[in-house]
This record gives sequence, structure tokens and C-alpha cells, in this order.
Amino acid sequence: MANVSAPSQSTLQSLANPTRFVSLADRLLPWLAALTVALMAAGLYLGFFVAPADYQQGETVRIMFVHVPAAWVGMFVYVVMASAALGSLVWKHPLADVTARAAAPVGAVFTLICLVTGSLWGRPMWGAWWVWDARLTSMLVLLLMYLGLIALWHTIEDPIRAGRVAAILILVGVINIPIIKFSVDWWYTLHQPASVFRFDGPTIHISMLIPLLLMGAAFMSLVAVMILMSMKNEILRRRIRAISIRAAYEGRKERA
Amino acid sequence: MSRALLALFRRDLRLSVKVGGGAPMGVLFFLVVVTLMPFSIGPDLPLLQRIGPAVLWIAALLATLLGLDRLFQADQEDGSLDLLVTAGHPLELVALVKGLAHWTATSLPLVVAAPFMGLLLNMQADAIAAVTLTLLAGTPALTLIGMIGAALTVSLRRGGVLIAILVLPLSVPTLVFGVGAVLGAVTDPAPFLSPFLVLCALSLVAGVIGPIAAAAALRAGEG
Repeated sequence: MANVSAPSQSTLQSLANPTRFVSLADRLLPWLAALTVALMAAGLYLGFFVAPADYQQGETVRIMFVHVPAAWVGMFVYVVMASAALGSLVWKHPLADVTARAAAPVGAVFTLICLVTGSLWGRPMWGAWWVWDARLTSMLVLLLMYLGLIALWHTIEDPIRAGRVAAILILVGVINIPIIKFSVDWWYTLHQPASVFRFDGPTIHISMLIPLLLMGAAFMSLVAVMILMSMKNEILRRRIRAISIRAAYEGRKERA
Repeated sequence: MSRALLALFRRDLRLSVKVGGGAPMGVLFFLVVVTLMPFSIGPDLPLLQRIGPAVLWIAALLATLLGLDRLFQADQEDGSLDLLVTAGHPLELVALVKGLAHWTATSLPLVVAAPFMGLLLNMQADAIAAVTLTLLAGTPALTLIGMIGAALTVSLRRGGVLIAILVLPLSVPTLVFGVGAVLGAVTDPAPFLSPFLVLCALSLVAGVIGPIAAAAALRAGEG
């Protein structure tokens, strides 16, 4: 961190200064929070009051507006963590560790939301709370990977070493993401195939697609808010750790 | 260099089969798990025959996990891991050799024991052959993936449970294609060869990713 004050530095490098990052995050957060509220309000209104009920599934289809964005975000956060892991292993960027660590609980929560809402949706539709089909199972595996990573971070005390070790595991686990994405296409099972992000365009009607995409944007922005806030906490936590270690060291020197 | 690696292979093999090495425990554990299965689901022979391949695969997976925490930890405790890291050989190759030695000592006996376990579970001859063949092709993947978890947790006390949590999600594809190939061999319509080839591919991919990730984890743990 010696050359952060050098005049010719890229934005990415200037963000390596945690103080500068925190002040930038502080300026961004109110706008992002406002954006989240606006998108969420619009998406929820359109989804719950304007969009028509499905001709087959009736009103229960509305759970889609929470379930599907949660699934997108659950996988997206893992991709964010994987790029952060790359950043911490290749460029040793000081904030990459913080990003990955702050993102893991957020991703785990949204994966859990996806699983729970899917289960609530599946009960009236399929007649079962849980079926062992390819997508449900791979999503459950994603949750297990998030929990394993969080456990790894909790076990290793030194945050720098924990970050490097976790980054390796994140990169190994990224193989699972395409398996989840394409599981509905590779194995023809109970879960319906992809209907929004397809090569030949979405197959879902426009009246449902707009609120769905709005809710997707709202969830993305919500995740950005949560990760930024959690990163600020993590930076403060590391600062407190450094201060307390230094205080202990100084105290020992004085006694000696 | 190859002589040094061969010596490392021999050393690891000898250490793991000696008393305290833990390799014979794996087969014993395998036998215990398979024995417990009829106690838990009842001695229903047609049912055992049907779920036999899955039982053998799960038991092999658990037995593979059992010895993994010693893969690097024993060397770390007596300091020889530091020598291996600083010896000048590519750490990836060292990890691969250690992984192969571990597989030879702990997983190969499982493959040899599998036909006898199959008899206990009332499996037909073709199912027994298929299970043995898939275990032979698939257990390297389990060991090499597990090696990543062992390297990640090498400096932790009580890392054993954590290894299981970290490694089991990654070993899902191996399990799926292993059992899938056996079922393909037993029930006619599904093919045996394509899942079996995927299984071989998984082992080869794990042979590349496992050593690289394990070496990176060992280096990260040193600093």
C-alpha cells in the first residue's frame, strides 16, 4: 500500500486504499439504497397487482417475482466472489479478500431464499415440498459451498491467510455454477427449463417479463447495498483487530 | 527429479501402511459401513441388490474422506512438509505424487474389496464388475479433490470435519456419474459407456486441478 498516493494510478488501484474505498462507499450507498427502494416498489406493484395470474398456476405464479431473482442473485454473488478470488490470488488486491468474505453470507442468504420460496411454490404445483431434481439439488450444493466457505473463514484466525486459502476453494467451486445454469437443459426433470435468458429470446409474456426484470434489477441493487455495507464492516473489523494487536504488543513492551 | 519423486512415492506408501498410518483403517471402515446398511434398512435381499451400487459408492466416498486429514498434516507436524516445499521440485508434482501414494494406500484396497462387499449385498455378477470398474476409475477423482481440502486445512487443528464439509459438495458429480454408470450396466436401456467415460474424464480433470489448487493452498498456508 506504499504507492497509493502516487499520481498516476488507476481507479482500481486507488480503491486499494480502504479509507478512500469507505468514503466512496459512503457516497454511493444512499443512492443505491434509494434505487433499490424505487425498483423494488415498482417491481412489486407491477408483479402483484398489474401482472395477470397464470392460466395454469393461478395466483401462485407471483412467488416467481421473488424466487427467480433470488436464484439469479444467489449464483451472481458466487461469480462476484470468484472474480474477487482471482483478484486476491493474482493481483493481491487488498479489497478482494474483503469483497469475497463480505459477499459469502449475502449469497448464502439469497440461495436460501431461492430454495425456501421454491419449496413453497413447489408444494401446490408439484405436490411435494422437495424433489431431488437436477436444479434443486445443484442449488442446494451451492448453499453447502457457501456454508463451507463461511466455515473456512471462521476457522482460520489470520484474515489475510484465510482470504488466500478461501480464494483457492472459491475458484475450484466455480465449476458448479455452469452446472446449475444448464442443469435444466441437460437433464429434463420436473423444474421448468430456462425461459428468460435464452439464445432465441425470452419465452415468457411481456406482462410478466417486465416486473420480473425489474425485480431482478432491484435484487441486484439490494445485493450491492448489502455487500458494500458488509465490506465497510469487514474493513472496520480488520482495523479494530490491527489496533488491538498493536495495543497488546505495546503493553507487553511497556511491562518488559 | 523423477528419482526423488519416486522416492517420495515409496516413502508415503510405506508410512501409510505402517502402524499409525491409517491406510488399513479405510478398508475396515468400508466393511463396517456396508455391514451396518442391512441392519438399518432390514435384510431385504432384493432391496439390497437394488441399492447395492449406491451403498458401495457412498461407503467408498466416506472411507476416502476418513484418511484425508493425514495426507499433509503428518508431514506438517514433523516438519517434512517445509522440506518438501523448499526442496525445489514443483510443488504441484509433489502434491500429485503424494495424492497418488495416498490413493494407492487407501483407495486401491477399497477397489479390491468391493467385489466381496458386493457379494454381501446380493449383487449380480455384472453389477459387481461394473461397481469395481467405476470405483477404479472414480476414486482417483475423490482422492485428488479431497487433496485440495486436505491442503486448505493443513495448518488447522481439528480440520477433519471441515475437510468433509468443503470436499463433499465438490465430489457430487463423481458420485452421480459413478452410480449412473453402474445403473446403466445393470438396467438395460441406459448406457454404461458414456457415464463411465465422463467418470474417467472427471478423474483426469481432478488430476490437473487438484495438484494445482493443493500446491497453491500449501503455499498460502506457509506464509
